[in-house]
Amino acid sequence: MDSSTLIAVASIATAGLTTGIGCMCPALGEGRAVATALTSLAQQPDASATITRTLFVGLAMIESTAIYCFVVSMILIFANPFWNHVIAGAATAAGK
Amino acid sequence: MRLSPDQMIFWQHGWIKLNGTIVFTWGLMLVLAAGAKLITRNLSTELSRTRWQNLLEMIVTSMEKQIEEVGLPHPEKYLGFLGTLFLFVALAALCTVIPGYEPPTGSLSTTAALALCVFVAVPLFGIAEQGLGGYLKTYVQPTVIMLPFNLISELSRTLALAVRLFGNMMSGAMIIAILLTITPYVFPLIMTVLGLLTGMVQAYIFSILAAVYIAAATRTREPKPKPVPAT
Repeated sequence: MDSSTLIAVASIATAGLTTGIGCMCPALGEGRAVATALTSLAQQPDASATITRTLFVGLAMIESTAIYCFVVSMILIFANPFWNHVIAGAATAAGK
Repeated sequence: MRLSPDQMIFWQHGWIKLNGTIVFTWGLMLVLAAGAKLITRNLSTELSRTRWQNLLEMIVTSMEKQIEEVGLPHPEKYLGFLGTLFLFVALAALCTVIPGYEPPTGSLSTTAALALCVFVAVPLFGIAEQGLGGYLKTYVQPTVIMLPFNLISELSRTLALAVRLFGNMMSGAMIIAILLTITPYVFPLIMTVLGLLTGMVQAYIFSILAAVYIAAATRTREPKPKPVPAT
């Protein structure tokens, strides 16, 4: 394989793997967080405002790791510097 | 594939570019400032008031209550900063119902600017509350070894704020754009509604996290009581 094929294969495979793992693990964490929040809501319903607010803040922190993985995948697919370098090299080689 | 409103150029003169981010931010600023000015022209303290004044009062009192619950005892000091953050991000997300509009928070420039504002505001409020020495001492709590970790956590919190908001808004816009090329009618509508919901949640999260960081910087720590030696 030449280097441009290798870069393309690596980018595509990594993008898919990043999104896959990056969506599974935060989802597991958020599930546990919501389950614990539901348990404590059932035990103390009058603290529901505090529990709900803390739950949302915690979910946002966990979600942000999923967002980091998504951003990396998007960069690999749409704004890939290595691929742009390869494309620019092929354009100048074809233009010569 | 347009990744951000930075790539919508409205007007260009040499290297000065008016791109979508700037124009939509100006539009939001105009709506917020003009709306607030118009509604607060004749404030009434009677029992009857206009609908718009009622709406603004609801928004302001609920924000004050939230700031107080987070742990800041005088919410009016922080209401200007935190309230503006919330209103700007929420309006930016809400206006996606207008066709042709791209939320300016979908560009990393805007979210980085907002996160930098929080980064600067936290020490400012901390120094205003505790004085310069008192605030700097919080960096070496509980021991001096924690100094690099506290500094790194300041920087990474700011970065996380920026990337979290950017990622959420950008992903919403991108999913709608991708779906529009596949199934034009029903599915993009559902994703737009989902994008609205996540936009409002992210606005709330951004301002609550800023409030929590300010509360962590301004709360006075009581000195630990010395253990009484057993006699």
